[in-house]
Amino acid sequence: MARGMDSRTVVLEKKETMAEGVVRLTLRNPDWSDFPQWEPGSHIDLVLPDHIRQYSLCSPCEDASILQVSVLHTPNSRGGSRFIHESLAEGAELTINGPRNNFPLQDSRKYLFIAGGIGITPILPMIAAAEAAGREWRLAYGGRTRSSMAYAEELEARYGREKVLLYPEDTHGRIDLQGLLGLPRAKMLVYACGPAPLLNIVEDFCMGWPPGALHTELFSAAALGGSGASAEPFEVNLVNSGITVEVPVGKTVLEAVEEAGVRVLSSCRQGVCGTCEVPVVAGEIDHRDAVLSAEDKASGETMLVCVSRAAAGCPSLALEL
Amino acid sequence: MTTDTAAESRMAPPAGVPSVPDDPFSLANLADPYPLHEKLREAGPVVWLEKYGSYAVTRYDPVYEILTDFETYISGGGLGPADRRTSTEWRPAGILESDPPTHTAMRRGLSKVVSPASVRRLRADFEPPARELVEKLVAQGSFDVVTDLAEIYPLQVFPDAVGIPQEGRENLLPYGSMTFNAFGPRNEVYEEAFRDADAVSAWVIENCERRNLSPGGFGAGIWEVADEGGITPDEAVLLVRALLSAGVDTTVTGIGNTLLCLAANPEQWEKLRANPNLAKFAVDEALRLESPFQMFHRTAAVDSTIEGMPIPEGAKILLFMGAANRDPRKWGENADSFDLDRSASGHVAFGMGLHQCVGQPIARLEIELVLQALAARVERLELAGEPVPQIHNVLHAFSSIPVKVVPAGS
Repeated sequence: MARGMDSRTVVLEKKETMAEGVVRLTLRNPDWSDFPQWEPGSHIDLVLPDHIRQYSLCSPCEDASILQVSVLHTPNSRGGSRFIHESLAEGAELTINGPRNNFPLQDSRKYLFIAGGIGITPILPMIAAAEAAGREWRLAYGGRTRSSMAYAEELEARYGREKVLLYPEDTHGRIDLQGLLGLPRAKMLVYACGPAPLLNIVEDFCMGWPPGALHTELFSAAALGGSGASAEPFEVNLVNSGITVEVPVGKTVLEAVEEAGVRVLSSCRQGVCGTCEVPVVAGEIDHRDAVLSAEDKASGETMLVCVSRAAAGCPSLALEL
Repeated sequence: MTTDTAAESRMAPPAGVPSVPDDPFSLANLADPYPLHEKLREAGPVVWLEKYGSYAVTRYDPVYEILTDFETYISGGGLGPADRRTSTEWRPAGILESDPPTHTAMRRGLSKVVSPASVRRLRADFEPPARELVEKLVAQGSFDVVTDLAEIYPLQVFPDAVGIPQEGRENLLPYGSMTFNAFGPRNEVYEEAFRDADAVSAWVIENCERRNLSPGGFGAGIWEVADEGGITPDEAVLLVRALLSAGVDTTVTGIGNTLLCLAANPEQWEKLRANPNLAKFAVDEALRLESPFQMFHRTAAVDSTIEGMPIPEGAKILLFMGAANRDPRKWGENADSFDLDRSASGHVAFGMGLHQCVGQPIARLEIELVLQALAARVERLELAGEPVPQIHNVLHAFSSIPVKVVPAGS
């Protein structure tokens, strides 16, 4: 496995059960040095024996001495979470990539945070940042049962029921999205993380909100044992500019191309707006956007460079840039 | 608030707000708006317009603030100078002149139909007509950007995308002119635009009905949202109307203004020729510098302050997007120049926030396709005469931009 430039070895300092089926891993550097400063919304790759899995950081970002991630046990997964829950022991050494941030918290006067299940993890440092900056915020947090909802107790105890709305489905039903999102609010950003069915409903409501108000992170297919992200570096050959750019593991094609001094018009940088679509001349694409139709994706003629990458096993893409 | 104070508040500005006698809707200021923009920007963040009893906002930051605070500065009072909650307007309020929750269902419906994914499917249909038209014009050697290209191309492709019949499409430009001129006062420009208002309106409304919309188009898509219960049939009519109102004049103007910027700046045309990837940047930079939709009103829903200046409830606020897009506080000392190397991102030519133009990917696509077709065929694009400003209450447009072209490889 190729190691990205931001790859490092860490020690599993502590492994604690936070809720039914959820463990929290506390990682530190072997020499006890600090990690690089990171921002709310960041994640790391955990390099496991057969997989690379992405997990959102859930520790307070002020504490640079540790990184914490919370991992849900998904018994049917292809092995990432099972390995962590069943085989990984305190004191073990692990390789991580990152942190890097695909879900950054933009400054706003008001926030609405929506979390489904283990989707609470990236929201935790966001809440801490919003609170520290004196911003108005609320959290709506749903889960199957109260005992499966990691951090629910401590959030409620710390911030109160005005700000923290808990929806354990067995006793309180689902999150009241109509009540929370039915009427768009000015100067309020919505940050939502959870499973696809929840995010689909949130996205539908937010079509009535200002463009750009909604920021989502699907808890990654990888974390749920999906196809798994290819985490190999590759190169892009920019045929119009006549240069070749290396795309390391921790970087998007867009970032790498921009750093090489080639301009690409982009907007959301999350694969939802379609602004950065670029024609592809050659190479196999791993499409990760929400814009292209299945037909377009299959044609392989175009890609959204903010999220999509070279497919596993394809060392090079040629782009019309 | 009582009627007396409302009347008073229209008579004089609150203490501290600078006051000017200038008329942004005079023929001279409509033909060349930028000197007045600079005067208003330098006078203060909020300036009282004595002639209209409204507040002019021209700097970037407060324009952005007002556009994005749709709870304090509402659209339901209308985009024109009168408060449409208490006055009679020429047509029922559509999506642009409504607030949540009325606005919300319509916006959701429209966003479902006009999305980045649905617009990108248009490229294949929109590209050949752009290439063919450009081919023909380049062969001529000289042409008028406005009458031979900008007014022709969008009317060829956009109504097809909406799915309206061929017959009567000549009503679209006059209808757009009515829609936008009504965001200004009832002056001679307004009266001229409304000369054939009844016939033009009747044609447009007729073609918003489901039976006249061909399957697969945006219009039919809007009616499908109505079938699913997302919007009412009345709202469906209003949304199709919105597409037909807002999708033509603006793009016509955008194409004209973009090509004017490039024809007037030969070194920028060279840059685009050398790197056709810059077409998207050229579109945004031109929309920033020569913004088609220059101004419209908001209404203060409550007493508020803008950068310390008091704005009373019920006040009409005239927002100058065209001036904000040239504010040196935001864009630097060379704000008035056309520069493909600048990042124009953040410009408010499409508005910002809740009412931000839903059709902007369509407009960008059309302008970009025209640019790409020209850049592929034309080595030099030069003005062949003085552009003639079009006098319009809120659009900054030209009725003629004569150019001559030197074909590539000749």
